[in-house]
Amino acid sequence: MLQEILIPVAILGGLGLFFGLCLSYASKKFGVKVDERIGKVRDVLPGANCGACGFTGCDGYAEAVVSGNADINKCTVGGRDVMVSIGEILGKDTSTSSVECKVGRVMCGADNGKTRTKYDYSGIKDCTAATALYGGPTACMYGCIGMGDCAKACPFGAIVVERGVARVLAAKCKGCGKCVEVCPRNIIKIVPKEKQYTVRCNNPQRGNFVMKVCKVGCIGCRKCSKVCEAGAITNDGFVARINPELCTNCGKCMEVCPNHVINKYPVCSDEGPAAVNE
Amino acid sequence: MFVKKSFSGGVEVPHFKNTENIQTEKIGVPDEVIIPMQQHSGAPCKPTVKEGEPVKVGQVIGISESFISAPIHSSVSGTVADISSMIFPDGRYVATVVIKADGKQDIHEDVKPPICTNKEEFIEAVKNSGLVGLGGAGFPAHVKLNPPKDKNIDTLIINAAECEPFITSDYREIMENSADIMDGIDAVTKFIGVSNVIIGIEDNKPEAISLLKKLAAGKKGIDVKALRTRYPQGAEKMLIYALTGRKVPPGKLPMDVGVIVMNITSVGFVGRYLKDGMPLIKKRVTVDGSAVNRPSNVEALIGTKLSDVFDFCGGFKTEPFKIIMGGPMMGIAQYTLDAPVMKYTNALLAFDKTFGNVPPETACIRCGRCYRACPVNLMPLHINRAALVEDMDALHKYHTMDCIECGCCAYSCPARIPLVQSIRLGKTLIKKAQAKAKKDESQKDVKS
Repeated sequence: MLQEILIPVAILGGLGLFFGLCLSYASKKFGVKVDERIGKVRDVLPGANCGACGFTGCDGYAEAVVSGNADINKCTVGGRDVMVSIGEILGKDTSTSSVECKVGRVMCGADNGKTRTKYDYSGIKDCTAATALYGGPTACMYGCIGMGDCAKACPFGAIVVERGVARVLAAKCKGCGKCVEVCPRNIIKIVPKEKQYTVRCNNPQRGNFVMKVCKVGCIGCRKCSKVCEAGAITNDGFVARINPELCTNCGKCMEVCPNHVINKYPVCSDEGPAAVNE
Repeated sequence: MFVKKSFSGGVEVPHFKNTENIQTEKIGVPDEVIIPMQQHSGAPCKPTVKEGEPVKVGQVIGISESFISAPIHSSVSGTVADISSMIFPDGRYVATVVIKADGKQDIHEDVKPPICTNKEEFIEAVKNSGLVGLGGAGFPAHVKLNPPKDKNIDTLIINAAECEPFITSDYREIMENSADIMDGIDAVTKFIGVSNVIIGIEDNKPEAISLLKKLAAGKKGIDVKALRTRYPQGAEKMLIYALTGRKVPPGKLPMDVGVIVMNITSVGFVGRYLKDGMPLIKKRVTVDGSAVNRPSNVEALIGTKLSDVFDFCGGFKTEPFKIIMGGPMMGIAQYTLDAPVMKYTNALLAFDKTFGNVPPETACIRCGRCYRACPVNLMPLHINRAALVEDMDALHKYHTMDCIECGCCAYSCPARIPLVQSIRLGKTLIKKAQAKAKKDESQKDVKS
C-alpha cells in the first residue's frame, strides 16, 4: 500500500529534480546578461513613452543611457529629479548638468474672425480630414485649422483649442513633439522654455497675399530682423523666424512688429501670450 | 424567373434624370479659359507655353515625361494670359494655363486625322488625343488600352451604366453620337485585338438600349446587356462582376481578369478622333439641381469657368447652398465658381438649402445598414471608429484600402455619419504610416 504511493512520488520527484538541474544548467550556460541598471533606470523614468528623448520610448532610452549612448539629461518629462535619480544609479555627477526644458509653440495667432474662411466645413472634426478637401477650410494655407489633432495626440493634455486656434499650456507641456508629427499644417515648433518670443505666423507668402487672407499674419517687412542685435531673426520667404539658440529675450522685435505677430510668452505658466493680438 | 444582371450590396437611389430628353447645347467661346495641367490620374503635366504666347485650338500646351499621364491641349485660340496655380480638391496646387480667347477659334496645323495601321500607331494616336477615362476617374486611356504582354485580354466592356442620379451626359452621347460610338468600338476591337464586346447599360434607359441593340445587331461580337438599375452599377468592379461573373481581386486592375473597361463617351471620342483628329478639348456636361434655372446638357470647352456654364443655363433660381462637380454620390463640392470644367467633368449640380443640406450627425445605432449597402463587403462602421481613434491595426484588419468610395454606406446611414470621409481619413493615415516606415527604413540604411 505504502509502496503504491512512494513509487510515483519518487518517480515524479526524480523527474522534477532532473529537469530542475537541466534548467538551472541551461540558464547558466545560455543566459543573456542584462545590466540590472537598465531596469532601475526604467523604473525611475516617467513611462510616458513620448519619445522626446529621441529614442523609442522609455525602454529605449534606459538601454541607451546605461550603455553610454545617451546623456542622462534627455528626459524632459521627468526633468531634474529624474536626471538626478539616473545619475545616482549610474554613479555620475549631476551637479553641473541640467535638463533643457522645452515647450511647443503654435505658430499661428489667427483666432476667430482674424482669418477668412474659404467654405463652410461640415464633416468629421479632424484637421487631417479637413485638409483633404481643398487644403482645409481656412483661406490661409499655413494657419491653424483648429480641429484639435494636436490636442488629441498630446499625451499630457497640454493643448487646448480656444477660439479656433490651438494653444499650448506651457506648465503641462513637456516638449515631446507628438503634436508636431500630427499637425497637417506643420505649425507647431518645439523651443527651449526660457525663450519667450515667438513669431505667431507660418505663412511664407508675400505680404499682399498674407493680408488678403489674415489680419494678423507676418508680412515679411523685416523690421524685426533689422532691430535684432543678436542676429537671431532671419526671413524664410516672407515670414520671420527666430533662432532660439541666438535669441537673448530682449523683446525689441515685439515692439517694432507692425502686425503684432511676435508675441511674448511667460515662462512656465498656463497663460497665453502676454500681449494678445488686438 | 428572369433576373437582371447585378451585384450584391449597393443602394436604390432616386434617378432624377431630368435632362435626358434635352438636346445638347453648345456653349460659345468664353472670354477666358483656365486649363489645369492635371486632368487625369497620374503625373501632372508641365506647361509648354509661355505668358504672352499665341495659341491655337488643339495645340499642345502641357506634356509630361511620365508614362501614366495625358497631354493637355488648348481649347481656344488666343494668347496665354497667365501661368498660375490653382488648388485641387486634394489640397495640392497644380499649375494652370489661363488663356484669353480671341473668339476666332483658329485650328492648329497639327490637328489632322491620325493614320493608324497597327496597334502601336493606334495607342500613340490615343495618347496624342489626350483622352482620359471620361466616366469620372480620368485614367489615361492609352495606358488602359496597352496592358502588359502577359495579360490576356479577351473582353472589352463599354460602361454605359451611368448609375449616379441626375447625370445624363453619357445617355445623350448614345442618343446623339451612336455612329461615333460604333466606329470607336470597331477601332478598339480591331487594333487591340479583342473579339468580345459587352455594352453594359442600366435598364432605366430603354430607348438607348433599343438603339444600341439595333446598331449592334449587324455586328458580330457586340452584346448589349441591360443591367438592374442599382447604384453603383457603373463602378468598374461591380460592372465586371455583373456582366462576366469575374471578380477583380483587391488592389488589382480589370486587366488582371482579362477585361478592359471603357466609358461609352470615351469610345465615342475615339471614333470621332480617328475621323477629324481634334483632340479632347470639349466635354458634355449635365447641369442640373434644384437651384438651376434651366437644367440642360451643355457642351463646354475644357477650361470654361463654372460661372460661365451656370450663366448659360439661366443662372440660379435661388441662392445655391451646395455646388457639386460630378454626381451627387461621388462628386466633390466646389467652393468657388472660378473653377474650370475639366476633361472628366460629367455633371455640375447646384442645390438649394432644402435639397443640399445634410441633417446633423447623430450617434451610431449599430443597425448595420452600411454593411449591407457596401458593394465590396466592408464594414464601414468599424473603419469609421478605427480612423477616428487612429487604430492602425484595426484599419488594416478591416481592409480600409479596398474601399471604392462609392458613398453607399453614408447614403444609407440613418445617423448621417460621414462614413466615406472617415474612411478616406483612414486611407490617409495608412499612407502616412507607410511613408513614415519607408523614411525610417532609409534612415536606418544610412546609419548602418
